[in-house]
Amino acid sequence: MTTHTVNTALTNTAPTSTPALEITDAVLELGDGDGRVRALDSVSLRVQPGEFVAVVGPSGSGKSSLLAIAGALGKPDSGSVRVHGTDLASLNRAAAARFRLRNIGFVFQSGNLIPALSAADQLRLVARLAGNRVVEPEALLAELGMAHRAGHRPGQLSGGERQRVGIARALVNNPSLLLVDEPTAALDRDRSQEVVAILAERAKRSAVAVVMVTHDRDVLGHCDRVLEMVDGQLSELSAAAMGSGTGQSSWNS
Amino acid sequence: MFLALRELRFARGRFALMGIVIALIAVLVVLLSGLSTGLVNDGVSGLKSMPATAFAFDEGTMTDNAFSRSLVDDEQLEYWAQAEGIESAEPMGVSIVNGTSDQGTQVDLTLFGVEPSGFLAPELSEGSGLGAPDGIVVSETARAAGLEVGSVVTLDRVGLDLTVVGFTAGQATFGHVDVAYLPIGTWRLIASNTATPGVPTEATVLAADYPYSSVVALRAAAGSSIDIEAGDDAAGTMTMLRTEAFNASPGYEAETLTLSMIQVFLYAICALVVGAFFTVWTIQRTHEIAVLRAVGASSGYLLRDGLAQAAMLLVGFTAIGVAAGVGLGAIMPEAMPFELEAAPVAFASLLTIALGLLGAAVAVLRIARVDPITALGGQR
Repeated sequence: MTTHTVNTALTNTAPTSTPALEITDAVLELGDGDGRVRALDSVSLRVQPGEFVAVVGPSGSGKSSLLAIAGALGKPDSGSVRVHGTDLASLNRAAAARFRLRNIGFVFQSGNLIPALSAADQLRLVARLAGNRVVEPEALLAELGMAHRAGHRPGQLSGGERQRVGIARALVNNPSLLLVDEPTAALDRDRSQEVVAILAERAKRSAVAVVMVTHDRDVLGHCDRVLEMVDGQLSELSAAAMGSGTGQSSWNS
Repeated sequence: MFLALRELRFARGRFALMGIVIALIAVLVVLLSGLSTGLVNDGVSGLKSMPATAFAFDEGTMTDNAFSRSLVDDEQLEYWAQAEGIESAEPMGVSIVNGTSDQGTQVDLTLFGVEPSGFLAPELSEGSGLGAPDGIVVSETARAAGLEVGSVVTLDRVGLDLTVVGFTAGQATFGHVDVAYLPIGTWRLIASNTATPGVPTEATVLAADYPYSSVVALRAAAGSSIDIEAGDDAAGTMTMLRTEAFNASPGYEAETLTLSMIQVFLYAICALVVGAFFTVWTIQRTHEIAVLRAVGASSGYLLRDGLAQAAMLLVGFTAIGVAAGVGLGAIMPEAMPFELEAAPVAFASLLTIALGLLGAAVAVLRIARVDPITALGGQR
């Protein structure tokens, strides 16, 4: 397993490269009338290519909203979101869909694979959507240790295998940003470690920025930075706070 | 179609169930189409084959059964013969009679009294044409009753002996009864109620002074149209184009309307059942669709994929159903008026597919309303 150097600085130290994700003062309110909630309260976040950032926080704290605006699935009421230099506010619905397809990979809870498609076809479909009909999904599946399961449908795969296929599917169009939503929600401890280790390794290898929302404090050791979301506000979590939840050394996995 | 095909294979049990329903609907549609064509032919094939443009009935004749009810006189005939745009106008007598053949079988015949050398004279498949006062040309289908060239049919009550001299080319029935063409003179003799038992002769025919016929058959001159309204006003008639005149044959409207209604219901059922299936199917796939849209699939792609899936299902199983229906049609009992024609069967199959697609389209449109944001979080 790889040992990562941790970047503890609040602002990233690579000013020359374009950030993979740059959120500035994003505000998002959800619901209406008395039920109106500030899901994002002046959230700013900058993630560099190759960086693996985790966002933790209680349910309903705005983590999903953060993923939604970062992933061009919704727009903040104010503030800006840039992915690899592109201002998402400038995209209409159709353009946002095209942008997601080519620049953003999504990894969902328990993989969220299409039940009718084999592992290889999951990748082929997403490649075809982006206009790439000649993709060889087997190579990517092999990199994730799934070569022997390429012809299996999600129903024939274990939870960990499904999540690996989900990661492969998110990577098939070479995105610059990977958004990961509770990847370990349906996995046991060992499988969780494996899956998150894969994400960390992909971040370094493909220089893709990874933002992972999770409840699972055991897997934070793989991440370069950990942020905490509380009531719509995002803050850096100290190393001490991170270590306290797990009782193990967070930096080696 | 990448996803559509794989889903068809993956959920083959569910799709097969739906497909069987579509196929059964297609079988029914084909059978009804055959029955409808058969009944229409049984009812009005005698009229269909006539080269007349229109028929002039006596004014005020009720539409149903108008052919045998109407009575026009020679003055009305004369008027139409002179009318503008008419190439020829001929008298036509229509009556339904019962008779007994020389083999002792009972036969029902619709007598069509026509000018033996006029434009209404039948096309023959066998024998000689009209001419002799006692000669009749009967429908091909009358062979089933045992009639042959040379058979003698004695009309009940009147006692008149008529001899089969020929057969028409193809089916000629009217009101589900085989047509027997005979010279208009002989028809007038029978209609005048002055006929005596035995074989009618030129002399007896001439002696019956009966200047009437049922209708005037009109043939328009090539390239010109008939002023029906003016003609009707002047001649005291009510003129119907040939196809309109089908309604004037016994039971025609009742039969075709009944069958049309059943067919309309079948098409509606097809649209609703397919629509309901695809609604449930699309709802089942809501989360999957949300995931695909989040990943970046356009609604256009997903809609096309969904519609292509419905089209494949409909075309495939309609074809199976039509084939089964045609096969069933081949083993229909003789007594059933059943006739398959390519055009109505093709039309009915296309309509089944079109209405099924319409139902599916309404259901599949839900795809456009799925919010990709619901792919995030745990909600299923």
